[in-house]
Amino acid sequence: MPSIARGVARSERNPAAWLFLAPALILIAVFFLLPVIAALMLSVTDFDIYALRDPANARLVWLENYARLLRSPLFWQALRNTLYFAVVGGPLSIAASLGAALLLNGRTVRLRGLFRTIYFTPFVTTLVAVAIVWRYLYHPRYGLLNYALGWIGVAPIDWLGDPRWAMPAIIIMAVWKNFGYNMLIFIAGLQAIPTELYEAAEMDGAGSLSRFRHVTWPMLGPTMLFAGVITMIGYFQIFAEPYVMTQGGPLRATTTVVLLMYEEGFRWWRMGYAASIAFVLFVIILLATLVQFRLQRGEER
Amino acid sequence: MNRRLASVLLYSTLVIGALLSLLPILWMLSASFMATGEASSYPPHVLPDHPTLEHYRALFTRLNLGRSLLNSVIVTVTVTTVSLFVNSMAGYAFAKLRFRGRDRLFRLLAAGLVIPVQVSMLPLFLLLKQMGLINTYWGVIIPGLASIFGIFLIRQYTLAFPDELLDAARMDGAGEFRIYWSLVLPVIAPVLATLSIWTFLSTWNDFMWPLIVLSDQDHYTLPVALANLVGEHVQDTELMMAGSVLTVLPVLVVFLFLQRYYVQGVMAGSVKG
Repeated sequence: MPSIARGVARSERNPAAWLFLAPALILIAVFFLLPVIAALMLSVTDFDIYALRDPANARLVWLENYARLLRSPLFWQALRNTLYFAVVGGPLSIAASLGAALLLNGRTVRLRGLFRTIYFTPFVTTLVAVAIVWRYLYHPRYGLLNYALGWIGVAPIDWLGDPRWAMPAIIIMAVWKNFGYNMLIFIAGLQAIPTELYEAAEMDGAGSLSRFRHVTWPMLGPTMLFAGVITMIGYFQIFAEPYVMTQGGPLRATTTVVLLMYEEGFRWWRMGYAASIAFVLFVIILLATLVQFRLQRGEER
Repeated sequence: MNRRLASVLLYSTLVIGALLSLLPILWMLSASFMATGEASSYPPHVLPDHPTLEHYRALFTRLNLGRSLLNSVIVTVTVTTVSLFVNSMAGYAFAKLRFRGRDRLFRLLAAGLVIPVQVSMLPLFLLLKQMGLINTYWGVIIPGLASIFGIFLIRQYTLAFPDELLDAARMDGAGEFRIYWSLVLPVIAPVLATLSIWTFLSTWNDFMWPLIVLSDQDHYTLPVALANLVGEHVQDTELMMAGSVLTVLPVLVVFLFLQRYYVQGVMAGSVKG
């Protein structure tokens, strides 16, 4: 009896627990959650460089920033560019990751650990540094890529200077950089599939393609959802690649939503307007996540 | 016959994949030792004709990148060590200490994971400006000191820690901090290793926030200094490659030595969801 009473008392108030939590909760509340709420308020003001000097200069403009955003061709272009990157680059990344994971999952593959480490290496490198490296690899005259393409008779491409090629170039670089992470996640997912399922399929005379379709693919569903959501959220936030490789050009072909937010907010100090861009991004990411969950559920039925 | 062909195909695909993964990194390394202008020659040189260290010398003398290296080390080491304590204390409390509203609070925190960090950046800048922390190390460090993801990771791992051990220690009169420090921390060492490598790499590689907060070269971290450098020295391919090597090398070394913990952590984290 007394021990139960003590348990209840501990569950009611536990000063030690709050001491353990305090540093993290205070830091997260003050430096993340409060700013998020403040961003919502900022987005309904015309906070600009004058307000930066004296906040009293900011006025409440309600939804005007959002209205301006929807009328701005540049915002729509940034949104289109970001969607292009996420919708083309995301699935390409996932496909590369899955391909690498399937190759490495064979029980007979030798040097698996070595290959796994090599494939994962681009992921741990510093994005800014490798983006600079790729800038030179993409050089129309001296770049290794055009040189290699020349071997198979492809005429030189002005990768980062041609508005049609700049985004594909950034996508290729991003796939190279990121596929190793999802590859690990897929390897873990593949290893969790019970071998009996494959044996049973084999007994039924299923070939390797049909085993992939009827065993691997459905069993990988939850892993696919996880990888898809994580990748998409990350890809919607693309910033450093265009900042370093193209500065959003040529002809704004690689200006993304976050790059636009950075330019408006921290270069021109139109912080109210930039905050509305950030919130629109948030809503889009939220919607895209929900869509992915819905798609996944549809497939399970 | 067929089997042999399949294995030739498999290994050639694997080797080509490995080459594609490493080629940009190897070319960066090679070009950083080339004489000025050699990397912009046609046909391209794969290896330097006369390897030189002049670009590395220029980075440390003329361009003062040693300072940026030091800044990156200061910021990354501080964030990694402090956040390890902050996150592990909170993660342990969420996993093993009973208090009112615990699960509701944790769900609230986990919901914060869906908010993109960019949403917080504009007001955070204004807040740190008020506090006089713009263009200081603290401005870069403070937002990284606690992370929802880190707390989440620690909690998931610590849930499996047996309650009986904690109760036995309390019966023996051990204080709560003592229990956390000498009983729990050693047992959850693997997840601490994973989290610290993760934090180290992401802090070292972080670009957008340091770019926003830091405004003078004496405080730049390496990625910011490098992005700044490429604006002025875009023609100096070899110099830029040396700068890239300097930036990437520390994380590559950390990764290669500790990859066992890191790779396993990534894989375990995904399976548990």
